[in-house]
Formats: sequence, structure tokens, C-alpha cells
Amino acid sequence: MTVTVAQQRPMISPQVGQTTGGGLDVESIRRDFPILGRAVRDRRLIYLDNAATTQKPRSVIEAIERFYEEDNANIHRGVHLLSQQATFAYERARGRIATFINAPESSECIFLRGTTEATNLVAHGYCRPRCGPGDEIIITHMEHHSNIVPWQLLCEATGATLRVVPIDDEGVLDLKEYESLLNDKTCLVAVAHASNVLGTVNPIRQMSEFAHRHGAVVFVDGAQGAPHLPVDVQELGCDFYAFSGHKLFGPTGIGVLWGQHALLDDMSPYEGGGSMIQSVTLESSTYADVPTRFEAGTPDISGAIGLSAAVDYLNRFGMEAIAAYEDELLEYAHQRLADVDGIRLIGTAPGKVSVVAFALADAHPHDIGTILDMEGIAVRTGHHCAQPLMSRFGVPAMARASFAFYNTRDEVDALVTGIGKIREVLGG
Amino acid sequence: MTELRELYQQVILDHNRNPRNFGALENADRHKEGYNPLCGDHLHIYLNVDGEDLITDIHFDGSGCAISKASASLMTQMVKGKTAQEARDAFERFQSLVTSEMDTPVDLEEVGKLAVFAGVREFPMRVKCATLAWHTMKSALDGKHDSQITTE
Repeated sequence: MTVTVAQQRPMISPQVGQTTGGGLDVESIRRDFPILGRAVRDRRLIYLDNAATTQKPRSVIEAIERFYEEDNANIHRGVHLLSQQATFAYERARGRIATFINAPESSECIFLRGTTEATNLVAHGYCRPRCGPGDEIIITHMEHHSNIVPWQLLCEATGATLRVVPIDDEGVLDLKEYESLLNDKTCLVAVAHASNVLGTVNPIRQMSEFAHRHGAVVFVDGAQGAPHLPVDVQELGCDFYAFSGHKLFGPTGIGVLWGQHALLDDMSPYEGGGSMIQSVTLESSTYADVPTRFEAGTPDISGAIGLSAAVDYLNRFGMEAIAAYEDELLEYAHQRLADVDGIRLIGTAPGKVSVVAFALADAHPHDIGTILDMEGIAVRTGHHCAQPLMSRFGVPAMARASFAFYNTRDEVDALVTGIGKIREVLGG
Repeated sequence: MTELRELYQQVILDHNRNPRNFGALENADRHKEGYNPLCGDHLHIYLNVDGEDLITDIHFDGSGCAISKASASLMTQMVKGKTAQEARDAFERFQSLVTSEMDTPVDLEEVGKLAVFAGVREFPMRVKCATLAWHTMKSALDGKHDSQITTE
């Protein structure tokens, strides 16, 4: 049953002074996201699972609908009008997204399924031919499984060794240790821009400088960075940067790998198929240029267009303003949650993105998740695809509230009240 | 809060806080580990079964959510002193209780105390929590050699 919030309770309105952070009119922003008007279990939806996936503004939903209603055709193929329109829209999307991350050339942006596929592409296309026994790959202790497992598979296949940069109790990388792990055998450093559990923002520029001194390249998992921070790949100084559309207010099934042109150009194809070739005979084929070489088969055309619409939407406010608003909201959330009896906040690095992982004494995260769900509050519970991080902090699982720029202080208050109910329900 | 009360029944909360037959059973002749890595529910079932196929003792330990812990605790109470076959039958009844449609009437006579878990039907994601101990016990009875049981 779908009940609009208006029937149940007044719309969530930001408190006075709340719009000052970043100057965002959050009340108006919320109206751009149709799903935020729905109720869950007869309560207003309080969506705090943005690190898992974000909600979509109407402009994204409409862009996808418009594509299928007006322009749908396959790209880079026909000479007919619709194919031209679809090709134009797809390549225009690439250009918009390149500008969003300040890529020097739009051809350096490859459309893929998401960050996971991007990681696997770099592991196969870049590292596989360059790594052998004795070579090393560096990751960190805070990585998502998607930035661990592809490197483990690579090491298994090539005999290379995986090295791990440790973190401290606040969730900050040990840069001294990182420096000492780097050496001339280091092939690649794979690091999250921001941690999906701790929220820690890693010093990519500094890490890239260190890595480059040893001739290593840096792959950045930007899945949790791009939705919260302004991304300038030239300023970051990294070699590859990947992110997922669905965590950036765009559709699922689409993501982007940016890479330095020279590196991409030197890489072999990852998958074979249509589109990615220059010419094919029954004996052999020559491959297309970057980025088409890495986009075998018909890509997710509507997904790319939807993601471009998401980027256009974010540009209306600017990522600086979004980051400033989220910083204030996070600070408020940390203050309110720190006062909750028996709570342990995990991830307290300075300058983190708006993610709060926590554990409660005497309440398992799954009970926390269910009881909050009954209040209409969606949080993530479990190991967050970061089991090594769970072990590092000595817990089997955690609860996590992750905020987007459409979340409000009222919703933080509701979360705190909801956590109070957990005690009430479980007793003890 | 009505629905919630249906899931977190007093009996469940009581068994969560004060689990029965909790702790390792020394010299148990059967032992099995159950683990749901996605949610972190992790328990061990210890069993003693005599020559007549009677479960003379059963214990559990480990950590998990209220639902998994209470389910394990109630299960140990229910099958202790029963034959292995009776325990398997109880497993089947429990399994069909928590996986049946929400509006299926609960046969109190058939499921007895386990009726408190009927609320799990409203939360399909939690069925794996409720059934972990049961699957682990059944596997211990069957003498399967899988190192670990999971309901995920």
C-alpha cells in the first residue's frame, strides 16, 4: 500500500537555519525525488541507506523515459535518424560526465556496469600483462570487497603479492606504513576515495605522488567519493578513477572508469564483441580506439543518459555546496548519536563523508535494522561488503546510516528516537 | 508497533536475554557450526544422542541477533529428551511455519511454543536468522560432514 506522506504527517521541513549549510533549499530538493514522498509501513520514509544506493530525482527518471519514448535505437551503427540521435545522446552523456570529474578528454571515460566492473577491467587490462611473481599490488584495510577480491584473483593468476595498508582506530590510513610498502615492484595501488563504512576520505593526491615515485599507478574506487565530494581527477593526480551511477543519483547498471589516455591506449581489450573492433577477419581482429575498445556489445545507452541527467542535476547545486551541507548534517548526526547510551561510533576520522557506522551494546545489527524499519527508517546492517574491516574493529556486523543532501536534521532526530525504541523493544 | 510486537514477542525477548542450554557441552558426541556470514549470526550446536536415538542433551553457544538466539534456545528446550526423528519432525514444522504465507492460520497444537515465531513470516529477510539453529541441529543429527551450515 502506498500512502503519501501528506496524508500521514506533514512533509519533513528543514529547521530554521538548516538551509545555510551550502545554501541548499533542501525542502525543494526533496520534492525533486518522488520516492521520498512515499510511506513505508504507514510511516514516512526516512531513507538513510544512501551508501548502498541513492534515490533518483525526477529529471533522471524522465530522461530515461524520454530516451525510450523518443530516441531509442542502437548507437554507432545505423545511418538512420534515431540511431544518430541515440549516438549523439550517448556521447553527449560521456562529455557531461567527463566535465563533471574534470577529465582532460571525454574519450578517457569508459561506460561500464559500475565500479566493480571497472576494477576488474583495470586488473585484467592493465595489471595482468604487467604483473608476475615478485610484483606487488597495494590495497588498504578499509576497502570494499569489490576492491579486494579482483586483486586477490589477479595475484592468484599471476603470482603477484597483495600488500595491505593498515588503519588506526579512528579509521585513518597509516601513511608511514604505506610509504614503506611502496617499492619498485609495486605495480598498482588500489584505494577507496572514501570508505563505505568509516566515511574516511583518503589523501589520494599524496598517495599518488608517493606511488608515482616508484613507477606504480593508482586506481581509485570512487563509488563513495563521487556522490559526496567534488571530483577533479587531474587535481587528485591518480591514474584511474571509477564510480557507479546508482550511488550518484543515477540508474543502476551504469558506471564509469576514467583512466589516463596513454594508459588506456596501451591496454588490451577486456571483453570481445561488437563495437570494440576496427576490423575483423576470421583469423584475427584489430581493436577500436579508447574508449570503444572497452565497450563491447550494446552498452547501457539509457543508463548513460540517465547518469548524465543525474550529473546535470548535481551541477545545479554544485558538489561544493552539497559537500558543505552534508558536512553540517554529519556533524549534527555525530553529536546526536554520540549521546546515545551504549553506542559505539565506528569511523571517526576528521573530514569524513556523511556515513555513520555504529554498534549498540546488547543489540545485534539485524535487530537494529528491523526495529528501525518498523519506524520507516532504512539503514544498512551487516558486514557492508567489508569483512576485513569488521574483523579490524572486532564486530561481526554493524549498522550504518548514510546521508545524502536530501536528508535533514529532522531525519537524524528520527534516527536517534528510533534507536531509543530498540532498547524499549528488546528490553534489558 | 503492533507488527513489531508480533516479531519481538516476550518469549523471544526472554530467551534472547536468558538463553537456555547455553554454553558448550563437554564431550558432546556431535557438534556442528552454523554461520550466516552476511548477518554475522554464528552458533554451535552440541548434541548427545544415545543408542536408542534419543537426544539426551543439547546445548548451543555463539552470537547472533535476538531472533537467531531465541530460536536456538527454544529449539534446545523442545528437542531435548525427544528422539532424533521427533526432532526432525519439529524441524519440518518450524520450517513450514516461518516460511508459510502471512495469512496461513497457525496450528497452535501442532507448533506449540514455536508459534511465537509466526511473526518472522512478515520479515522474509529474517527467516534465515530463525532457521539457522534448526538447520545446524538437523545437520548434526544427520551426521553430515560439511564443516559449516548456513541458511543464507
